[in-house]
Amino acid sequence: MTRKQRNFYIFPTKNNKFKHKSFDTGREAEITVKLKNNTVVLDVTDYKILEALQEDAKQTYTAIGKLLGIAHSTVYDRIRRMEQNGIIKKYAALIDAEKAGAKKITAMMTIYTDPKESEKVAEKLCKAPEILEVYTSLSEELQIIAKVIAENQESLHSFIANVVAPLPGVLRVRTSILTKKFKETQFLITNNPKELKFIRGAYNKIGENKK
Amino acid sequence: MISKILRTLPREKAFYFFTSIGNYTGESAASLKEFMEKINEVNVKSLEFHLYRGDFEKWIAETLEDRELAEEIKRLQKVSLTGDVLRNQLRVTVLRHYKQLTSPFSLS
Repeated sequence: MTRKQRNFYIFPTKNNKFKHKSFDTGREAEITVKLKNNTVVLDVTDYKILEALQEDAKQTYTAIGKLLGIAHSTVYDRIRRMEQNGIIKKYAALIDAEKAGAKKITAMMTIYTDPKESEKVAEKLCKAPEILEVYTSLSEELQIIAKVIAENQESLHSFIANVVAPLPGVLRVRTSILTKKFKETQFLITNNPKELKFIRGAYNKIGENKK
Repeated sequence: MISKILRTLPREKAFYFFTSIGNYTGESAASLKEFMEKINEVNVKSLEFHLYRGDFEKWIAETLEDRELAEEIKRLQKVSLTGDVLRNQLRVTVLRHYKQLTSPFSLS
């Protein structure tokens, strides 16, 4: 399946590679998805598909295709490839817990750990259903940052006192209870100014070739 | 009975000192002796936090199983002490009780 995009045809080929062919000169060149140092490199269209999916993952391939001016089969192929490569991890509903009636409190814990035990502490935290997210952080002291949810302040305290503090390697814990949410979103592909610049740059290049 | 009160508890049953909800100081006590020592060392805010929440009396009564000391600690809550005065009073109370338990004349 080929599709005209600006002054190029896009050719999906094997091994996660795509080629473009100049409409005017007939010259072919690889422009899109390839593996570089085991990292999948995406092109403009991929980014735009991701952007569309992040806006509304339930929209059809045809709708995305119309939006981007490409065939629905191209959208399908690229989405499938990005799913297979793990770029698209899953499709999930974003639920407003408050509206859903869940009266819970959320807190961010900073857990200072013995460097020798930090991996184990992080792994054990991951197993607790109260923990939503776990990160390690670069700072003077080795820290684990974890987002935790609890019924109320008392159950939050019990969880930290009975589950987190007794873990071998935990040196101390600082907890901030989150009060008002101003923004919550996932990483958006266009939120990264560097990537945005790349997308624009790539688009401009295609435009320049037309001249 | 006394030997049970004076035993060293496993890590998960130790008392963990916090200064407020979720803020663990890194200090813990796994026995009455260690608890007595930590009273001298921990941030006094931690003593105030736990005393008035009833955490000390609860741990001493339910985990160490020392009802008598738990009652004495409970009485301290009513005096509304703070700062180093609270620390001293708590230290005196626990030390006196500990000495009674470890005295060669105590009934074990």
